[in-house]
Parts: sequence; C-alpha cells; structure tokens
Amino acid sequence: MELKNELKRCIEMAVSNSDVSILDPREDGMHLEAVVVSDVFENMSLIQRHRLVMDAIKQYFNKELHALSLKTFTKSQFEESING
Amino acid sequence: MDETLEKIKQDIDSNKIILFMKGNRLMPQCGFSARVVHILDELKIDYETRDVLSDELLREKIKEFSNWPTLPQLYVNKEFIGGCDIVSELYKTGELKKIIGC
Repeated sequence: MELKNELKRCIEMAVSNSDVSILDPREDGMHLEAVVVSDVFENMSLIQRHRLVMDAIKQYFNKELHALSLKTFTKSQFEESING
Repeated sequence: MDETLEKIKQDIDSNKIILFMKGNRLMPQCGFSARVVHILDELKIDYETRDVLSDELLREKIKEFSNWPTLPQLYVNKEFIGGCDIVSELYKTGELKKIIGC
C-alpha cells in the first residue's frame, strides 16, 4: 500500500498535470502496473514517455519493486481507449 | 571505461538485434523476457541474446548502460528500443517491423 502511494507521488511530481493509477493485478505488491494520463506526453515517442516515468521511480527497483508494467496516454488517447 | 560496460557496447555494436534477458531463447526465466522472445520469434528474424541471470555483473551494468531499471532490454541497430511494454506496443502497431526492417 505504502509503495503504491510513493510511486504515485513520484510519477505525479515528474509528469506534470498527470492522473496516475497504480494497480497490483497479481496482488503480490511487487509486480505493479501504472497507468499515467497526461497531455505532457503529446508529441513524445513511446520511449520518451516511458523514460520520463521510469526515471522518476528507478530507485524503487531492486528493492521492493520487481516490475512495473506501464501504460501512458494523453487525455484524448485515454478517452479513446476507454470508449473504443 | 569499465570492462563490463565495454563488453556490452561491443555486443550492441556487433549485433543488429540483441536482447538482454533473463534466461535464454529456449528457456526464458521470466514472463516479460518470454514475451519479448515470443514477439521476436514471431517476426522470424535472427537475434542474439545475453542471459543476465548467468552473469551478475552484466545484470547490474546493463541497467547502468541503458539508464533503464528493468529487464529485458532490446537493442536494434545500436539503439535502445525498450523493455517488454514498449516492444509489445511497437509490435502491435507494426512499428517494430519497420524499426527492424523486415
């Protein structure tokens, strides 16, 4: 629980005006999933988006965090993904 | 430069497609590595792999080299492509084929 909040806070600080959800689909606390929605991602390549997020949380890997599956969307991409 | 970093650079320079992963092509030791192997196999291309589980130094240094905290890591034409999420998404959109040129 604590880790999820910390990751959310770190990502929100790095990605301005972002909506961040941290999920724990396996319920093991180590293989987490992040969904990050922000218009900052506009005009960024996939690798640039992922680097921005991964850089913000890299200190948590090797410790309690084993893997983070990451999905990044702009606001309009996110709306498309839930409606489509 | 550090010897392991030097070796990583050489490997990336001399192999068009190289995957740093846990385990090997035939026996991936982690679901994320397995998924990338599966995708590369689907594309029917030649690629090299390096097993970070059999080399603790490599496992640490590849993260430093790429400035990327997790494995697997895929390089194509000396360029870092990404880990499992990125490779999966690029495969889905057809962009991976373009990057590899197949």
